[in-house]
Amino acid sequence: MNAPLPLTRCPLHRTVIFAVAAISIIVFLSWSASADTAISTANQDPVAHLDALMRTHWEENEISPSSAATEGEWCRRVFLDVIGRIPTLDELDTYLNDNSGDKKSRLVDRLLSDQYSEAYTRNWANIWTNVLIGRSGGSERNSRTNRRGMQVYLEEAFGENRPYDQVVTELINARGTSRPPTASDAAPDFNGAVNFLAMKLGNNPNDPEYGTQATAKTSQIFLGRRVQCTQCHDHPFNRWKQNQFWEFNAFFRQTVALRRFEGGRNIAFIQLAEQDFQGPTGEPEEAEIFYDRRNGVRMAAYPVFTDRDGAQTELARSGFVEDVDRRAQLASLVRRSGYLPEALVNRYWAHFFSHGFTQPFDDMGPHNLPSHPDILQYLSEQFVASGYDLKQLIRGITLSEAYGLSSRLGAHNEADDPALGEAPLFSRFYPRQMRAEQLYDSLLIATRADKTGQTTADQERKRAEWLRQFVIAFGTDENDEKSTFNGTIPQVLSLFNGDLIQQSIDAESGSFLGEVIRDGELTPREKMDCLFLAAFSRKSSAKERRWANRAFANHESATAAFQDVWWTLLNTNEFILNH
Amino acid sequence: MLHFKSRRGASRRHFLKHLAAGAAWAGPAAHFLSTLQSQAAELKKNQKSVILLWMGGGPATIDIWDLKPGAITGGPFNPIGTSGDPQICEHLPKMAQQMHHMSIVRSMSTREADHSRGRYYMHTGFVPNPSVDHPSYGAVVAHQLEQTRPNLEIPPFVSVGGNSTGPGFLGLAYAPFIVDSNGRIRDLEMKTTESRWRARMQFLNQLESQFISQNRGPATTEHRKMLEKTNRLLTSTQMEAFRIDGEAQSVREAYGNTAFGRGCLMARRLVEVGVPFVEVDLGGWDTHSDNFNQLATKLPEMDQAMAALVADLSERGMLDQVALLWMGEFGRTPRINGNTGRDHWARSWSAVVGGAGFQRGIAVGKTNSDGTEVETTPYSSEDLMATVLQSIGISLDTRFTAANGRPMKIAGGGRPIKELLA
Repeated sequence: MNAPLPLTRCPLHRTVIFAVAAISIIVFLSWSASADTAISTANQDPVAHLDALMRTHWEENEISPSSAATEGEWCRRVFLDVIGRIPTLDELDTYLNDNSGDKKSRLVDRLLSDQYSEAYTRNWANIWTNVLIGRSGGSERNSRTNRRGMQVYLEEAFGENRPYDQVVTELINARGTSRPPTASDAAPDFNGAVNFLAMKLGNNPNDPEYGTQATAKTSQIFLGRRVQCTQCHDHPFNRWKQNQFWEFNAFFRQTVALRRFEGGRNIAFIQLAEQDFQGPTGEPEEAEIFYDRRNGVRMAAYPVFTDRDGAQTELARSGFVEDVDRRAQLASLVRRSGYLPEALVNRYWAHFFSHGFTQPFDDMGPHNLPSHPDILQYLSEQFVASGYDLKQLIRGITLSEAYGLSSRLGAHNEADDPALGEAPLFSRFYPRQMRAEQLYDSLLIATRADKTGQTTADQERKRAEWLRQFVIAFGTDENDEKSTFNGTIPQVLSLFNGDLIQQSIDAESGSFLGEVIRDGELTPREKMDCLFLAAFSRKSSAKERRWANRAFANHESATAAFQDVWWTLLNTNEFILNH
Repeated sequence: MLHFKSRRGASRRHFLKHLAAGAAWAGPAAHFLSTLQSQAAELKKNQKSVILLWMGGGPATIDIWDLKPGAITGGPFNPIGTSGDPQICEHLPKMAQQMHHMSIVRSMSTREADHSRGRYYMHTGFVPNPSVDHPSYGAVVAHQLEQTRPNLEIPPFVSVGGNSTGPGFLGLAYAPFIVDSNGRIRDLEMKTTESRWRARMQFLNQLESQFISQNRGPATTEHRKMLEKTNRLLTSTQMEAFRIDGEAQSVREAYGNTAFGRGCLMARRLVEVGVPFVEVDLGGWDTHSDNFNQLATKLPEMDQAMAALVADLSERGMLDQVALLWMGEFGRTPRINGNTGRDHWARSWSAVVGGAGFQRGIAVGKTNSDGTEVETTPYSSEDLMATVLQSIGISLDTRFTAANGRPMKIAGGGRPIKELLA
């Protein structure tokens, strides 16, 4: 082992020690308060109960889990997963030097507290924006959705940790306009939540295909059920039938997404509103929709919601909004659905473990049974009991034994390899690529670009531009898309030569690297350790310092050598993987 | 090892300029040049490749390759005669002159009528399965043919437009390299000196190996492979294949100044330097409404580029080496919907093949009078894929070992369409 580095001597660190100490007291108090209201259906500590369930699975599969991750690895992991970036040296130091027995829960609680509210909110608002309107939603020419509007709503919701069931209701039942207020437009009817459906609906509810995207996405995102293919035929593998797709679809037929123009044909914003639905036969008392069976037979459908275990709720068939507000009804049916909590738990589990209890996590059903039904059920019950509290769920997951395991294969869990197509057993942490957003925000920590006096709007614009280069939209009616920030050549090129990496290795004063290099109190070895800790959350080894010395011995200056060390660290697998 | 292969971007372009001007550069350059020449000659003899023209969204093949004039489902377009046997749509006059090089499969019958499932199925020969990630066409062909081109320095699977699917269990080394039709590739320029780059690579290689040796699973080794590939590409003169502005004006005009035209021209340049698989996208076929007006503006763009590609390959003597495949994720409903559109339809549709070892100038299979049923032997994605692979000499006895250790038949165990293979 290396001699301990006097971390307090690293730059970045000195000024904030006092602030951290002060805040942790507040955090501790708020944590105690929330612990009372927390998960309380099981007598046992919920994390312990989760761990026990998981251990039973390991035993049944005759494997032993990997050893625990190092403290640095775990700290890096939880920062990346909860607030979307790696820890700064200070933050890492605070954690490593915390000697209390419950340091893990203290860190998680800190990340979920007001101290990190901004970072947490931004991270999850971004994640959910991508879920709800896609990575490219709102950036297309003349888009029907307003990306910023979507984010404004989500930032408000995640900022106050609004209960998830309420958020879902607000998204499904949103009414109002899509564009946030601007200098020239006070936007009194603005409701950012409308942006979820704005791009998935149109203005002609009698179009036979009307609202199919709204149907498919609402089901997939909130209920974890993929029903796209039942638009045209009964599902080949599960119990979803074609009529159920159209019965679900019928809930959206009173809703129109009206385009409001400015300057000719440019969409200024969308207004989502209800109107009476006549149905194709013009009989609003009995407003049906039609769909075709594959054999050509035309069928009628009315709003019926099919829940877990086939339980059905049928609405009155009137298309008059004053008789029955179909979308409001749908929102409350989804809110009460048994699918809602398990779909969310599976989504969040997949976020933290890179695999859900089903693969993919948002395609659940009898054709794709969960690998750990007991854990899924337990967490879902806890989630409901907590009042759909997303932070409580994150707390439970991140403090679990499984989340704290090393990504190194142990002696007795070779079989646990989802890359081999086996169901994951979560007996080790599966390394995964940082998302493009995580990399960007982590490199900001390294460049300190956020401290250069740019406005927030400027920073957001730059960030969005950088992220956009990796998005490919397929241009189909389902708004399919993918990211090329997936470990392939464009990503490597960007980290080899891109502007962001050039800024990161800038050694001017004010940059992280510049401060490390110019810090007269640090020995060269300590400087190396600062760079390693910042990139990997661990110190350098003697061997690594030897390698660096040999590689960069002939450089014209120490600055150039440190720049190249830093460039190299940022290009390694150890950096780009959340491990 | 991460090899450093000399010469950063700026000097490479400088170097090429010299070559173009005929300036002599002794030593390694001369050697390099002779390698390139012998490579080109060898390619013309026996280097096979595939160009997939991917029609994203699912084109209405009933209005393009298998018209039903007079039928209630037929729509307004008229068929025209071609240089081959089959008749095709009147909006494809240029392709009509090239149909002796191509054949139509009019009896495609598949099950996946959802975009993402259809795209996966047509690209892999397998229906989506949550436990296996199957390799796509490009990955399979790249994997099979890569050994035959030791001098290839650029990725063996290029996707122009990016609508392809991934390498599945074959790993990121066979992932599509995605470029736009202008061939612009970001961040290609090394922003440091050669010696500093070399030093970085040395240290990087050591750190990568160390982390890999810690047994953390395939993500760590995959990363290193991509570093190697990227590093190789940075210094390769073959990157010039992406620059279609190197072509004569007349050639570029023949392909048309459209994204698809530029993509097709780039595809020809790429197979010329030895890339085994190139996919070029033309999207926008998802014509749920206003199908016929949309097709009337879309087909000419496709016609010009596709016909120019076939003619160009033929004139260069490359057509026997290059298999061409035109398809989307499915066809569209024979029934015309209330918005004069056609919806998703997988049960009866057409794909087109040409070049390589294909029987050319024919139509295989037949649909009924209104296009709603296939009347002859129906062909699947697996069958089509098996046919394409066989046309370039890839053995259908090839077995992959999927990540889970199970052997997996190439092309989903499809059987080649006999009439198509000469």
